[in-house]
Amino acid sequence: MTFRDIVPILVLISLLAFVPVFVTANTVLNFLVFTLIIALAAQGWNILGGFGGQFSFGHAAFFGTGAYVAALLQVRLGFNPWVAFAIGAVAGAAVGWMIGYLSFRSGLRGSYFALVTLAFAEVLRILANAAAFTGGAAGVLIKLDVRPENFQFESRAAFFWIALALVGATLVLTRWIERSRFGAQLVAVRENEAAAKALGVDTLRVKLGAITLSGAVTAAAGCLYAQYFLYVDANIAYGTWISVEAILAPIVGGLGTVFGPLVGAVALHGLGEITKLAAGSVPGIDLMVFGGLLVVAVAFAPDGILGLLRRLRRPVQTSGAARHA
Amino acid sequence: MYSPAIIAEAVVNGLMTGAVYALIALGLTLVYGVLHIINFAHGALLTAAMFAVWAVYVAFGLDPYLAILPLTPLFFGLGYAVQRFVIGPASHGSDSNILLVTLGLSIAIENALLAGFRSDTRTLNTDYGFQVVELGPLLLSKPRLIGFGAAVLVTALLWLLLSRTDTGKAIRAVAKEKLGASLVGIDVAHVYAVTFGLGCACLAVAACLLMPTFYVNPRIGQAFVLVAFTIVVLGGMGSIPGALLGGLFIGVVESLCGLFLGDSLGQIGIFLIFILVLLVRPTGLFGAKA
Repeated sequence: MTFRDIVPILVLISLLAFVPVFVTANTVLNFLVFTLIIALAAQGWNILGGFGGQFSFGHAAFFGTGAYVAALLQVRLGFNPWVAFAIGAVAGAAVGWMIGYLSFRSGLRGSYFALVTLAFAEVLRILANAAAFTGGAAGVLIKLDVRPENFQFESRAAFFWIALALVGATLVLTRWIERSRFGAQLVAVRENEAAAKALGVDTLRVKLGAITLSGAVTAAAGCLYAQYFLYVDANIAYGTWISVEAILAPIVGGLGTVFGPLVGAVALHGLGEITKLAAGSVPGIDLMVFGGLLVVAVAFAPDGILGLLRRLRRPVQTSGAARHA
Repeated sequence: MYSPAIIAEAVVNGLMTGAVYALIALGLTLVYGVLHIINFAHGALLTAAMFAVWAVYVAFGLDPYLAILPLTPLFFGLGYAVQRFVIGPASHGSDSNILLVTLGLSIAIENALLAGFRSDTRTLNTDYGFQVVELGPLLLSKPRLIGFGAAVLVTALLWLLLSRTDTGKAIRAVAKEKLGASLVGIDVAHVYAVTFGLGCACLAVAACLLMPTFYVNPRIGQAFVLVAFTIVVLGGMGSIPGALLGGLFIGVVESLCGLFLGDSLGQIGIFLIFILVLLVRPTGLFGAKA
């Protein structure tokens, strides 16, 4: 990876960093922070699902672990929230490695891998909902104590910048994966695992690396969620909604691309807000549109929004069509 | 600490719930066996069926058991159309795409129901909902006993359909060898759609059997579908006797776990079995080697 590879990322992030200067309405900043948290979770999914071709339906397992570890360490054990944040991300990586080790060792892939990840997330959800240490069904409330060293800020803009920085860092990480030997091996596993193995790729190690990184990034999103909303319960943290969000954004934006998850998250949630404005606050109406959009995206835009844009620029080329055929 | 009578009752209750689970799993396993895909929309379609049962009861006063007659063909047609005109064309024949399309469908259906009916929980007030039958020392719920009988009957009918009719033969041919089947003149897209329709028809029957004792809200399908996945994996993906036995077994496990661990942890047993089977023997107890 050279410096030129990350120039577009730096430009985009620095441009976005000026948004709070122009937009000060809390509702808008709220929306932006939430969208960035989703984008971060989706970036994590994209490492494993987009580059590695292993579709997890249970990324809530990582998101929830990050959220709960970050919240519980400070509430129950008095950790500094910044330290708790870092440990939360590491815990997500550890859970990722464990789930990966168990399922990849058994050779699970495709639908089976999707199912087993779903089951792991459900088990964690039920445990978190029942155990006393996690606050049971009542959840964990982080005490309001607005100090920067406490990871709580007066303005929402501060959170926006932190979320943006994390998304930016993950963009760089993803770009590195794309350019690195590890990334090439990961894509080889996605395209043809048997062939990759025959060429000497240690497929288990590569997939484990991907799920560990993936878990860490999605867990970081969970930590951020807990820190921003100062509340976590089992159905938020380990709920299927976040697993679904993490899948949707990369597919709508562009599977296995650096910017796909961010573009997808912004497009989906932008559309979600528009739908809510148009249809009134009917519960579920935005998700209904998301679901329909997923079907439409798979049917007509297998390379997502980024793929569509690329096709508009070079209309003759139908890149990527073969890959998804 | 638990008297044998309580445990026996829990086992029998588990068997009765398990039979309806089996019926739900049957649709899933049939679709998997033929299309080799996991239908993530199964739970949402079950929710839709349960709402349909509720709706015809409220609108026309139609008894849930009688509702089997109109709803089963209706859901067969619905399933046929969904596979033929949505899932098939949208997924371009790739397995991971089918996974995503059915996931998208499930999100869309579930949230359309949420938007239409809100998150309120609804029940049917039938006059037989709480009737019990005395069987020796055991008190059994009458509607659940009917559910058990009907579920076993439908399983048998489905098995007959697959083993004795030409349609069944075509379905089995496509399941075994898609290319060969299309070479001898079987319309594979049609068979896929018929299979998917049969899966949905099973859901309609299951919904009619469930509604007298159960409630419906837009999220209810999720709870059932994870159990159904477990049964399908346990019984072997695509195996019909596997689905029936797996369903009964899981029903008993859930009932006993609920008795010993309490309701909130009761489902843990199911998921641990699920994960263990997936990790140790993903072909299930009755499944053929993939």
